[in-house]
Formats: sequence, structure tokens, C-alpha cells
Amino acid sequence: MTRGLEMSGVAVALGGREVLRGVDLAVAPGEIVGLVGPNGAGKTTLLRVASRVLVPDAGDVRFDGRPLSDYRRRELSRRLAVVPQDTAIPFPFRAGELVVMGRVPHQPLTGFDSADDIAHSRAALDRMGIAHLADRSVFSLSGGERQLVSFARALAQEASLLLLDEPTAFLDLRHRVELLRVVAELAAAGRSALVVSHDLNLAARTCDRLAVLHGGVIAASGPPADVLTRQLLADVYGVEAEILTDADGRPVAIPRL
Amino acid sequence: MKHLTPGRYATVVLLLLLLLALAVVLGVALGPSRLGLSEVAAALAGRGEGAATDIVWGIRLPRVALAGLVGACLSLAGVVFQALLRNPLADPFILGVSGGAALGGIAMLSLGGLLGLGYAAVPPAAFVGAMVATGLLYLVAGVGARVSAANLLLTGVVFNAFASAAIVFLASAAGLTEGARIFLWLVGNLSAARIDVAPWLVVFLVLGAGAALTLSRSLNVLALGDEAAEQLGVPVALHQRILLLATSLMVGAAVSVAGLVGFVGLIIPHLLRLIVGPDHRLLVPAAALGGAAFLIVCDTAARTLLGGRELPVGAITAIVGGPLFLVLLRRHHLRVLSG
Repeated sequence: MTRGLEMSGVAVALGGREVLRGVDLAVAPGEIVGLVGPNGAGKTTLLRVASRVLVPDAGDVRFDGRPLSDYRRRELSRRLAVVPQDTAIPFPFRAGELVVMGRVPHQPLTGFDSADDIAHSRAALDRMGIAHLADRSVFSLSGGERQLVSFARALAQEASLLLLDEPTAFLDLRHRVELLRVVAELAAAGRSALVVSHDLNLAARTCDRLAVLHGGVIAASGPPADVLTRQLLADVYGVEAEILTDADGRPVAIPRL
Repeated sequence: MKHLTPGRYATVVLLLLLLLALAVVLGVALGPSRLGLSEVAAALAGRGEGAATDIVWGIRLPRVALAGLVGACLSLAGVVFQALLRNPLADPFILGVSGGAALGGIAMLSLGGLLGLGYAAVPPAAFVGAMVATGLLYLVAGVGARVSAANLLLTGVVFNAFASAAIVFLASAAGLTEGARIFLWLVGNLSAARIDVAPWLVVFLVLGAGAALTLSRSLNVLALGDEAAEQLGVPVALHQRILLLATSLMVGAAVSVAGLVGFVGLIIPHLLRLIVGPDHRLLVPAAALGGAAFLIVCDTAARTLLGGRELPVGAITAIVGGPLFLVLLRRHHLRVLSG
């Protein structure tokens, strides 16, 4: 049995438009895979397929060897956590209350949160360095703080695979680095992550592999140094760029203006 | 990190029960015939005699019970619809269930005479109207898929507009007496309600409250959005449908009895969210108790302010609720327009 996430031949059409065509992508345990590509390339759609909120028109999606459709919803949610892009929350929940919601797949339908649930949520808040925000209303949080709260919720969920949709978009440099360090620590402990990002250099630094989605197909995939080339940036983004190599041998792209 | 503990839960529920008890005592003590507190207390304790006992048990307690039940239904429905639609502006009447009930009730008010049916036939007819509107909502919601809040809202708005037009037509065609009754119904009014419908209200309140309490954690998670809730293991489509059905029936029952009593389902959820927080595990029971107490007090005012003549309770809730809502809006920046 193979473990982790495996998608093959995934095709999705939305509103008559083909968004994904024949996409193959795998994320093994302990691995961080970066999903990059231009706006509208289908990255978020692919994450929706991976978390089963969208059923593909064709293709096979498996998690730990079992078809995604075989899982009971709660069972899947205990193994697979999603950090969505920022969504407006209509009611003034406290940050701590939002983080405890990560425990929902582990909890009965109703009742109080157990000591275990509270402990996991506290640990997640601490790990993201936002324990001081716990009792603040979500209305008073900045976009970046809300993003850290979403990530803490996914940590409290204790899933083995994290699906992250631009988790660093609203974060300052320090918090970007910290969040990605936590992702790396989780990977070192055998968990895995699929990270959608527009920050190519940060993705190249953090991820074991990059997959480039362009026009609904995977245009390139492999170690960052193989993927992030002048040719690819020209083909996919239409941008001329210089590619440098940092001290660790990771590529750094500097676009020409 | 603050979180909902059994102690906090019990404190809030007990305080609101106390408030409800006070409202009941007030509602029973006040009325056109002046009764002394000792007479009321004696009647309530079963030791009273004569007219006081008859007034307390025969007139005031039934009226208080109906007001409490209708208030609980409307306030609870407001909480659930706001969560389902992720919209703090939602009220129990937004999805058209009330329009259906009003149309059914008013059709019976204006045409019932022709069929030889009396006022007692109005609540069942209103409830049938509510059921038709609920059925329509289900058709729009589709089968299996998650329910689109935008589709529900649009259906409700259109159905309410249609119902209003039909009501205006019926009211224009009706005679003067029926016209006045229709007006009272539209404002929301308990003076004509009969206590024999109370058991039905209890049934639908228990169903609605049972669904909301059982699924209160799902109501919380739905605030994150349908997909995020699904990703947290909530069977969104199923829970939405259960809540939509149970709540629509509850609104239909309340409107059948009291007509369109406004603002209870808007102001009480907001007020309680400010006091006890947005966690539906606590907000659901709090809204039911708070809504009951609020409508009992408003109905007591409706019965007593003008001495012998009654005001429609809907006028009182609107006069109190409108300004209060604006004050809350200004003070606490309720995000009524976002999300």
C-alpha cells in the first residue's frame, strides 16, 4: 500500500470551462510539495479535489491507498486538514474558539470541549506564537493574524496531511519564515503538506518538490532546482528572470522588470 | 484561552431562566383588571379563589404561555437562519416561510367566511401556507448538494414579494372587518390567539430546538463557510437540510399563531451574541429563553399600555426593537453587511 496523497488523471470542468486536465500529483509522508502557477491555473481547484469538497469529473484520488470517496467524512477530516484562503467570518468568534473548531472531526456531535481538545488547541496557539490572541474577537484581528489562527486550527486537527492555500499571503517576513518552519518540523515528524504559493523563492526554499500548474495541466514537477528555470518562468508566467543559486543549492528567481 | 465550561453554561441558562420567570410573573400580575400581588401569588400557588384565580389561570397564564412560545420560536429561528445563511441580517421571515404562512392565514381570514369556517381555521391554513413555502425552499435547495445561501435568499425575497402582492389583493377584496383583522395579523398580534394551539407550538419548538441544540457545533463551524465546514468533517448538506426543515416548521407554527411579529428574531440573537458570545452551544438555549422573556414583556405592554384596549404586540416589538438595533449597530459595529 502506498501512503500519502496520490492523484492521477484528475480532470475538472467548472461552468463549462476545463479547469484541470489529466493532473497527476503525489505527496508522500514526510514530504512538502509546493503547488505554484499563475492566477487561474487551477491550484485552488486541485486542493478542493484533494479535500473532497469537489468531486473530479475524471481521475483517481487516493489517500493512504484508499480512494478518497471510500472515507467517511469525519475519518477523512481527522487525516487531512485544509487551511483555506482568508474567508470573512460573520460572527465575533474568539481566536481560541476558532482554533478549537479544528477538533470537530475528533468530537461528538454536541457537548463541551474535552480537556484534550483544549490542550491541543492551546498547544497549536502556542506553537504559532499567538497564545496572546486567544481571547480576541476575530473582528479585531488583521489578515495575517487570521491566517495564523487558521493554521493553528489545522494544527489542532492533528491531520497527517496539510493542504495549505497560500498560507503566507498576508504574513510579514518573520511570520512567513515561522509558519514554514513549523511545516518543515511537521514534515520531519512524518506528516506532509501540499502548499499553494505565489512566492516562488520561499516555495523553492521550503518544498522538497515543486509542481507547476499552468492552464489546468502540470507543466513541470520535480526538485526546485530542476523546475525553477528561466525557460519555465518565460513559458508559464511570460516573465524574464535571472536564476541564482543560494548557499544550500536552492534556486532563487529574480524577475527582470 | 476562554472556553465554554459547564459552569458558565449553567450560570447563563439559570440567569435567563430567572429572567423568564420574572417576565412570567410580570405578565400574570399586569392586566386591565388590577390584581394585588398577593392575589396573584395565591392564585398561582393554587390557594386563590374567585375572579382572581379565573383571570390568572383562565386568561393571563395562557396568553403568557403563547407569547413565550412564539418568542422562543422566533428568536431561535433567527439564530439558526443567521448561521445557515452566514448573514447577521437574516431574520425568521427572510426565507419566505412567513410570507407563505401569512398568505395562508389571510386567505382563510378573508375567504373562510364563505366556506363557513371560523377564526379557528386560520392557524391551520397559515401552517399549510408555511409548508408550501418550505416545500418551495427545498425544491430550490436541490437534492444532495450543499444549499446555496444566495439561492435561498433570492427565493425567500421573491416568495415574500409574491405573498405580499397576493395579500394586498385579498385585503382589497375583503370587507372592512376582515381588512382590519388582516392588518392586525400582518403587524403581529396575540389577542386573537387561542390556547388550544399551544401544544402544537410546543411540538414544533421542541423539534426546532432539538435540531439546533444537537447540531449546535455544526452551526458554529458553518460560520467558516460551507467548504471549510465540510473539510472539518461536518456533513454540511444533511445538517443544513435538517436545520432548514425544523426551523421553517417552527417559524410556520409561530406565524400561524401570532402573525408577523417582527424584530424578535433579529434583535434577541444579536443582543445575546453580545452578552454570551457567538458559540451556538450556548446561544441556542439562550436565544430561546431570551426570546420567550422578551415577547412576554412586550405582550404585557401591548395588553396594558392603553388600559382596556390592546395594541398589536408586533407594534411594541418594532418600537422597542428598531431603535435598540440601531444602538447596538452603532455601539458594537455589528458586521451586518459583511460576510
